[in-house]
Amino acid sequence: MAWHALFFYFFAILACGFALAVVFAANVVRMAFYLILSLGATAGLFFLAGAEFVGSMQLMMYVGGTLVLLVFGVMLTAQGPWVSIRTSGGDWVLAALVGGSLLAVLVPTVLRIDAAAPQPTAAKEKVASETAVPVPAQPTATRIGLGLVGVPTADHSGYLLPFEAISIHLLVVLVGAAYLARAKRRAKPLAAEEDEL
Amino acid sequence: MTHFLIETLGFPPTLAGLVVALWACFLLLNLIAAGALFFIWLERKVAGRIQDRLGPTRVGGKFGWLQTLADGIKLIGKEDLMPKGADGLLFKLAPYISFCASLSAFIALPFASGWVGLEMNAAVFFVLAVLGLEVFGVILAGYSSASKWSLFGAMREAAQVVSYEVPLGLCAMIPVLIAGSMDLTKIGNLQAGWFTNWYVLHDPFTFITFWVYFTCATASVNRAPFDLAEAESELVAGFHTEYSGLRWSYFFMAEYGSMLLVSGLGAVLFFGGWNGPIPIASILGLTNSDSGWAYFAANLLGTLGFLTKALLGVTLMMWVRWTLPRLRIDQVITTCWKYCTPIAAVMFTGVIFWQALGIPTLGDLLPPRSSRTVDGKAVGRRPGEVREAWMSAVVSKPQRGAAEQKTADTSAVTENQSARDGQHDSTDTQPAVQSTSAAPSNK
Repeated sequence: MAWHALFFYFFAILACGFALAVVFAANVVRMAFYLILSLGATAGLFFLAGAEFVGSMQLMMYVGGTLVLLVFGVMLTAQGPWVSIRTSGGDWVLAALVGGSLLAVLVPTVLRIDAAAPQPTAAKEKVASETAVPVPAQPTATRIGLGLVGVPTADHSGYLLPFEAISIHLLVVLVGAAYLARAKRRAKPLAAEEDEL
Repeated sequence: MTHFLIETLGFPPTLAGLVVALWACFLLLNLIAAGALFFIWLERKVAGRIQDRLGPTRVGGKFGWLQTLADGIKLIGKEDLMPKGADGLLFKLAPYISFCASLSAFIALPFASGWVGLEMNAAVFFVLAVLGLEVFGVILAGYSSASKWSLFGAMREAAQVVSYEVPLGLCAMIPVLIAGSMDLTKIGNLQAGWFTNWYVLHDPFTFITFWVYFTCATASVNRAPFDLAEAESELVAGFHTEYSGLRWSYFFMAEYGSMLLVSGLGAVLFFGGWNGPIPIASILGLTNSDSGWAYFAANLLGTLGFLTKALLGVTLMMWVRWTLPRLRIDQVITTCWKYCTPIAAVMFTGVIFWQALGIPTLGDLLPPRSSRTVDGKAVGRRPGEVREAWMSAVVSKPQRGAAEQKTADTSAVTENQSARDGQHDSTDTQPAVQSTSAAPSNK
């Protein structure tokens, strides 16, 4: 038995199971909690594949950033003690449409990868014996970084333009958020307001 | 250790892997648990001395050293309460989330060269990311308690931690920038030798950076003067108002674990990690010896040094806690966005210029000593030296046919790099040396 396969199934089942729990839960904060576990398990899959940087990024951005903000937003805006969401029929149809089309794109892609095809037993055993011993750390972040600053390598020609476009986009979003959140200037001086009161 | 089990004791590889993994888990878990016991005692003693008291004196004879254990037994015996309106599942799970996050981050923290749960290429980033998850336990605890005090505590915590991740990450990036690696073991080994090689003394910018890092680390582990989430004088006990017994103590184990973690991370990033102020191990010749016991002794000395540095960091946090008053929430956020973040950004730029212009560091200015030389060459960065050999190697790869001379240059640089790495890694254990020697071929 190879640990690699065992852990892969463990994390995969966790990720899928909690993803379903997100869909079927009614309480927003519980949904967020299940989403944390699901995304955490996905990060575990990344770590298992040796992509530590991507896994850590997943934890930092989605779990540590986005979901904290989500729960924070719920705590700020909730009217009652527990916020629950009831999905209407139209939402189910829309969600099924979007989710189904994504699935339709993903499934053929997954099946096209060679690893999904059955391997001869000898090759499998070889892989198992190799993965039992810890593999040395590979610099995975280096390739991502080089790709983003536009250094071409053997398998891609650099992603400088998309990277810059996203950077500018995020900068605009940040400026917009700061503009919306800034302290509003009073239309009238403070003294006049107090007189009215 | 895996190789030892497989080759000497004849374990099957699967079992050997399991044994090693469980052993690492056992050590880390006990480090946090025993560390928490010790730190709570230490906190009481430090607080007592600062407030002109004695602290605990009775339990366990001298210095009251059994006080925490007595408290632990008391906590186990307490009733496990849950408020009527609470969300049961989240309320019960929240302490474990905090504790697990704190424990998981220790996986990537090296205690000596090669003594690390899992050697990661992006270890710095991993530790920061997992540390950020600890806040979730606090937020869920606050939300699920069905108590206004808890909810206020959780909201403050969320705002505070999301803000402080930014300057903390910036500060942690600066040693990464100097080392050219996010691998904590490599960062530690690059600071081998005398204390002048520590990154905190690298240049004035890194010196200031350390203090910004310390401030942000204190804030991100939710310690006074940034302990807004549990402000006793305003919120009863903040997010853990409704907790009692063992669940409550898990939050404290997580807090003390995180304190040790950020102090340890600071020790590796800025204070050379296991490379002491005086390189005792290499003076004694332990690091150059081929014997396994010499490695073990050198690493043991290194671990002692590392733990001492981490302990000093934790003590400093306690000192700060019992000295400064708690800030208001707006002051906390102001400190983050108006002071820490801009200062960290300026220091970041400063270090970039320092590195790019090749200004000599303190370690370079000293004349090469006997302990700083390996095979007659001085250890340390020469001014203006090209460190990013991998970069030129990658760039030159597609145009190999076009410029032969460039390839020759690159190979020379790579050779230089590998030779220099070899010197730095003289304190290394076997696996790290292997990975270093394998590195140029990957590039």
